[in-house]
Amino acid sequence: MQGRSIRGLFVLLAGLAVAGPLAASESEGEHGAAGVNWQAWTAGNEVTNTASLQRGAANFVNYCSGCHSLKYLRYERMANDLDISPAQLRDNLIPSGAKPTDYMLSTFPKADAETWFGKAPPDLSLVTRYRSPDWVYRFLKGFYVDASRPTGTNNLVLDGASMPAVLSDLEGVKAAVFAQHAAGGEHGGGKAVESFEMVAHGRLKPEEFDGFVRDTVNFLDYAGDPSQVQRRSIGIWAVLFLLVFTAFAWMLKKEYWKDVR
Amino acid sequence: MAGSNDALPVRTGFLGWLNKRLPVDQFVRDQLTGYFAPKNFNFWYYFGVLSLVALVIQLVTGIFLTMHYKVGEATAFDSVEYIMREVPFGWLLRYMHSTGASFFFIVVYLHMFRAFLYGSYKAPRELLWLFGMVVYLALMAEAFMGYVLPWGNMSFWGAQVIVNIFGTIPVIGPGLVEWIRGDYGIADATLNRFFSLHVAAVPLVLLLLVVLHLVALRQNGSNNPDGIEIKEKLGADGKPLDGIPFHPYYTVKDLVGVGLFLVAFAIVVFFVPTFGGLFLETPNFEPANALSTPEHIAPSWYFTPFYAILRAIPNPGMGALAMASSLVVLILVPWLDRSPVKSTRYRPLRWKIALTVFAVSFIALGYLGLQPAEGIYVLLARIFMTLYFAFFILMPFYTRGESTSRVPERVTYSSH
Amino acid sequence: MSDHSAPPAEVDQDRRGFLLFATVATGAIGAAFAAVPFVASWSPSERARAAGAPVEIDLTKIEAGQMVTYVYRKKAMYVVHRTPEMIASLAGHDGKLKDASSADSEQPAYAKNATRAAREDFLVVEGTCTHLGCLPKPRFEKGMADLGADWPGGFFCPCHGSRFDLAGRVFEGSPAGQNLRIPIYSYPSDKTLIIGVDATTGAA
Repeated sequence: MQGRSIRGLFVLLAGLAVAGPLAASESEGEHGAAGVNWQAWTAGNEVTNTASLQRGAANFVNYCSGCHSLKYLRYERMANDLDISPAQLRDNLIPSGAKPTDYMLSTFPKADAETWFGKAPPDLSLVTRYRSPDWVYRFLKGFYVDASRPTGTNNLVLDGASMPAVLSDLEGVKAAVFAQHAAGGEHGGGKAVESFEMVAHGRLKPEEFDGFVRDTVNFLDYAGDPSQVQRRSIGIWAVLFLLVFTAFAWMLKKEYWKDVR
Repeated sequence: MAGSNDALPVRTGFLGWLNKRLPVDQFVRDQLTGYFAPKNFNFWYYFGVLSLVALVIQLVTGIFLTMHYKVGEATAFDSVEYIMREVPFGWLLRYMHSTGASFFFIVVYLHMFRAFLYGSYKAPRELLWLFGMVVYLALMAEAFMGYVLPWGNMSFWGAQVIVNIFGTIPVIGPGLVEWIRGDYGIADATLNRFFSLHVAAVPLVLLLLVVLHLVALRQNGSNNPDGIEIKEKLGADGKPLDGIPFHPYYTVKDLVGVGLFLVAFAIVVFFVPTFGGLFLETPNFEPANALSTPEHIAPSWYFTPFYAILRAIPNPGMGALAMASSLVVLILVPWLDRSPVKSTRYRPLRWKIALTVFAVSFIALGYLGLQPAEGIYVLLARIFMTLYFAFFILMPFYTRGESTSRVPERVTYSSH
Repeated sequence: MSDHSAPPAEVDQDRRGFLLFATVATGAIGAAFAAVPFVASWSPSERARAAGAPVEIDLTKIEAGQMVTYVYRKKAMYVVHRTPEMIASLAGHDGKLKDASSADSEQPAYAKNATRAAREDFLVVEGTCTHLGCLPKPRFEKGMADLGADWPGGFFCPCHGSRFDLAGRVFEGSPAGQNLRIPIYSYPSDKTLIIGVDATTGAA
């Protein structure tokens, strides 16, 4: 949504200017000819899709809130925005002992988290703002088997991630076959993956898991900026109104200035 | 027809009571209906009024934000999220203020460039230019301190880097930095004093300076795209032949400019408030962390030309000196430009080329300041920095004895 | 040498007037709309409304004869677990009360009765003196020395000496003119009281 910015244009032009000669100098067939272009995966989420947001909220509560908090979002506010009734909220999304007006905190003890994982699981209220929805999408789909890690897995987007592959019962477990890239895959950012191999299958089919991740990212996108849908809908009226005002002002100006020689 | 020598209207009732106690009618006559501005103002002449509009937007939204913001390193970041999520329309106040800051600089840079196009800094308007430059410096201070207040990670690290620049000053540097910070690193004390300066002190200074700027403008009247002094050609009625009353002609024309400005402003506020990370920088959505530096520390886009100059020179002290000098030469331009003619329209090709080189260099330096100081960017920054300084330092030589075109007696104007 | 800006004879005043009106009117409407976010930003925020959410109280924690104070919407709420003696003490002094039937006082319909409560064994009352707003002190024992031998038990406001009985009704001779206010409350269960939710409508 904000990819078409001026800065993006500058970066794109600069990137093309630099990438062109670089790409030309590499051997044929290694760059983009085959392999999984995971760096180009996009979330494709729509924050106006309330059904998707509702599923994402349930996903978050069931799979993420054990460790991660959303400390700036209240249950009640989330339910109002997502058309979730108080009864549904109470029955499915609020942990016992919490009130609807409470913030969506995790009960995971911070000290234990640091002992077990090396760092406390971060709060996710703003993760899609200081990363991006696409980054979170790639992260959740980027886990692969890595015996050298304490968790047994690593992540393509965040090398050495302390987070285990918590969605593996849904996605399955996959190994990444890396391309034999002379430059180590630095160009373009991250490792170049030739293909993925499923080591164990999960409960969801690939498209279903994809939808699961998209819904969850969609929910986090909402959680990062809850007023965004309202903002854009007000914006249309504001801009139209200002155009009407400017049109009247312009006609008024013409009326006065036609006398000036 | 209106003019400054006209008698004031005879008033009765409330207006009569008011005018006996406050010079309302006199002000309207002298500054609006009886103030003759050149009739040939073009696109470049909108940006003064738009700067005022931007100032008002920042003052009003800033006042309302201060009602909810909680200063302090433990509360600032959370209070901004509180404003964004829990204060009714708080998100709109926040985005108007952050967008307003960037729009303020866009408008101010275009306003300043107009002075180069038409020689508006030349005699007798040198003081007008100086007041404007002080406004610009105060504005930069205000924006810098304002950016620290959300206490995001870029707020913290940007403050760290910029305040450290003062440490390069010989002898007093390190002590000065500690004095500015009020602590051994950027800390709660720094945040608190920046809050006071940003909310109270610098706005007052800005308002005073803007008033002085406007009074200085009024003293000689405005310049114009032809660089002609309209007061030198008066009609039989004593009014400038090439002037028109500011009200209603420029009130009505500026209204259109304001309308277009607000359309652009609304588009950004409501649809692209972060503007791809240029107006609201991505690392600032994480709280300040003294133990984690963002990948690229860059100041806000409106500072990046000077940041590029700072980094272009490897020695920190010399880099800081270069950066300061780049502002000093800008301040001195009324005395560096020796051309007898004001407007670029009547100046030779070499001036037009020089001006283009300056504009391109400034923009290029701005872009380079956003990039990491690596590879080809370093060389380019040095090249454009040299061109920037050359524009000013060589100016007395290439502008003296310019072969200028014949400046017309009367302004060039076509109906519009 | 053309004349500058002298309006020619045919200024279309109608068009000029209409355009001026249209521009000013649109501008005024725009200014009104622009004012809305600023004015609205003063309304209670989500945080204020969350803090002002109804208060749930576990009644088993309050012993007989005891009073516990809670805060609801920034005001003190007294919850008194009245014993049968305390309830009995409410009768017999109607003549000394300014508003025995609570006709001029503020309470929900279900508290406009002899005990000023939906359930006689619990008094739920706002701990704000109806004179000038001080917190009345609980003085539940009968015949306390400084209050007189016929003191039936109740509340005494230290600021200006207003007195209230164990149903919050104000005594004659007090500067306060009304009985203590009763907030909306309801009993979702036998053991829980919730202040801020109306018993009849269920609204908060």
